[in-house]
Amino acid sequence: MTTITDPPKGQFRVSMLLSDTRYRSLTFQAIALFVLIVAIAYLASNLVRNLEAAGLNISYEFLGNPAGYDINQTLIPYDSQSPHLRAAWVGILNTLLVAFLACMTATVFGVVAGVLRLSNNWLISKLMAVYVEIFRNIPVLIWIIIIFTIMTAVLPSPRAFRGDDPTSTMVLGSMAFTNRGVYIPGPQLGNPLFASVALNWVLVLLFLVGSWFGSHALSKWAHAKQEETGELPTTWYYTLAIWIVPAGILLTIMGLHWQIPELKGFNFSGGIKIGGPLIALWFALSIYTGAFIAENVRAGIQAISKGQTEAASSLGLRPGRVMSLVVLPQALRVIIPPLISQYLNITKNSSLAIAVGYADVTATLGGITLNQTGRAIECVLLLMLFYLTISLSISAVMNVYNNSVKLKER
Amino acid sequence: MGNNPAPGMNTGCFMRPECTPRNGRLHQEEVKMKKTVFFGALTAVGLVAGAASAATLDDVKARGKLNCGVTTGLVGFAAPDANGEWQGFDVAVCRAVAAAVLGDATAVEFVPTTGKTRFTALASGEIDMLARNTTWTFSRDVDLKFEFTGVNYYDGQGFMVPKELGVSSAKDLDGATVCIQTGTTTELNLADFFRSNNIGYEPVPIETNAEAQQQYLAGACDVYTTDASGLAATRATFEAPGDHVILPEIISKEPLGPLVRHGDPEWGDIVRWSLNALIAAEELGISSTNIEELSAGTNNPEINRILGTEGTLGEMLGLDAEWAKRAIAAGGNYGEIFAKNIGESTPIGLARGLNAQWTEGGLLYTPPFR
Repeated sequence: MTTITDPPKGQFRVSMLLSDTRYRSLTFQAIALFVLIVAIAYLASNLVRNLEAAGLNISYEFLGNPAGYDINQTLIPYDSQSPHLRAAWVGILNTLLVAFLACMTATVFGVVAGVLRLSNNWLISKLMAVYVEIFRNIPVLIWIIIIFTIMTAVLPSPRAFRGDDPTSTMVLGSMAFTNRGVYIPGPQLGNPLFASVALNWVLVLLFLVGSWFGSHALSKWAHAKQEETGELPTTWYYTLAIWIVPAGILLTIMGLHWQIPELKGFNFSGGIKIGGPLIALWFALSIYTGAFIAENVRAGIQAISKGQTEAASSLGLRPGRVMSLVVLPQALRVIIPPLISQYLNITKNSSLAIAVGYADVTATLGGITLNQTGRAIECVLLLMLFYLTISLSISAVMNVYNNSVKLKER
Repeated sequence: MGNNPAPGMNTGCFMRPECTPRNGRLHQEEVKMKKTVFFGALTAVGLVAGAASAATLDDVKARGKLNCGVTTGLVGFAAPDANGEWQGFDVAVCRAVAAAVLGDATAVEFVPTTGKTRFTALASGEIDMLARNTTWTFSRDVDLKFEFTGVNYYDGQGFMVPKELGVSSAKDLDGATVCIQTGTTTELNLADFFRSNNIGYEPVPIETNAEAQQQYLAGACDVYTTDASGLAATRATFEAPGDHVILPEIISKEPLGPLVRHGDPEWGDIVRWSLNALIAAEELGISSTNIEELSAGTNNPEINRILGTEGTLGEMLGLDAEWAKRAIAAGGNYGEIFAKNIGESTPIGLARGLNAQWTEGGLLYTPPFR
């Protein structure tokens, strides 16, 4: 028979909430929580009262009214009679576009600069140190303005391309670099069978997915071959062919030809225009954040014990492969978490777009729409919601990636 | 300003990001106020927007200085000169009011305000009056709880282009790149104009006038648009003003005038009639040169009433008899102020146009002094 000795059941007394260490922390937390709730409730009711007193009511009806203003870069059809909601969407897409582009290039700049900063070549490592220190220590807004100003001052205006003896000519006869942006040839489909844009995109996407599977299978085969024979077959030209040939055939059937931009009236028309504000913002965000990413990459690489490099070298791997096969994959788990916050920074910093006249969501919904409708609270709430959603989505995606590269503990 | 094809409608919402709100719509300033309410509430400050102090006149007299809100610097309208003295068309209105109320045209504290801060400054009582080429609109007058005390400049939105483009009308601007100051109703006027004429353009929204100017001069845009007076003032600062033309089209109405808070009609009357005195003085031929002579007494009873030698107009305003005499003597009559600061002999070079007296085909028409 076992005797269970229960601890003496002390009678709970109210005073124990303060005197007994088991309850004391709970007591204080409860009090703090209560005070916090009261404070927030007071502020909220104060806000509501003041809004009422000022005759303000929260209403999103204005989103359906015509916006009345024009936007210079629209990824979806838009004109000044479109509703404010559509203007907001135009801004959102512009924000996403520049954030996406800047994340890509910042990563490339960052990884290259971070790796090169650790180079044994004195000149290169010092140059990278200078890059990192200069770009990271000057506010990004200043970089955006500097780059935009340099662009508009250095590049010729479209007027310089006019006349019999123009002072500027198009690069390769097809690209115009002006201070309003870069005009490049745009793809046009000539085959009347492929008139539906959506269908064309689906077709192109299908082909690209096919190519991806193809190249994936190829690299799998190459690895199997390496396991088997120890020789890694050279496959890059096959990969290239897998990507290019089917897509090339498809596009030829579609009747792809390039429309060269032409100077018509005040501006170039035809082809694709990459606006000056987009370029300035994209480039500034990229080099600025690239400097931070370079430091993350350097930290990640230096976190890998030197033994790994030495072991890889002793296996006969060349320094480039040591980096790409041994060091970087391990460094990624140190690099990814801070990289996520850099991506978030890019997205949030893209709201500086208005400094150079780029129509992002802060400029459309949070700028002109807000000014014209006076719906400040509504617009700001929407903006907060948008940036929160985007940031959390980026975090979620990057966390999935982080989980895939982090140290697997079994 | 021989090049200005629209002598008449000039000056407006320059460096004031908002001008011309549409009816019932709110604007940046209002937005600012709302934000203030929002954040004020959040921080439990409990700000009461637009609380009016009932006796501005007493406050000004007790302080011995008039707090007058002006622009942060727009040559011709309000800008400090080389000696740090504020000069300009709007400044002259402040000085006239100070002279009328305090007897000293220099007893003015000029408070530079931006397009965003001007209305909060006025609503909060930081300034006693705002003379910052501000467009008189329905929503500002009614919804923002201000009182416009008259119009000292009739303006409208125009376009400036380099002469070398050979453009003679805004309707030739199809496909042009247009620099605009964002956050103003300028962009709405612009969209409407191009839409109604069925032509296209590419807007380049720019945050400040200085940046827009730089973009325009670098050729990053073909056209710069803002109020015609602002265009003239901007052009006057160019190295070669003659290389740029202001197109004849004026696409909006921008009546600019001084304003005060709601809730103190006596103070509003003082500002209103000080401005009216300047305009009436020109109409009646009272100028800074003959004012002493005229105040000895004339055969024209209205001149006598204005100059205080007849009637009790000053007393009705709560001022002394010579209030209007001092206001006019401070910088001269309306015509003198115009000629000195923005007229055709100045670098700004604006013609009188709509801002001429009604007797000369303009819109200036003051109610009678009786």
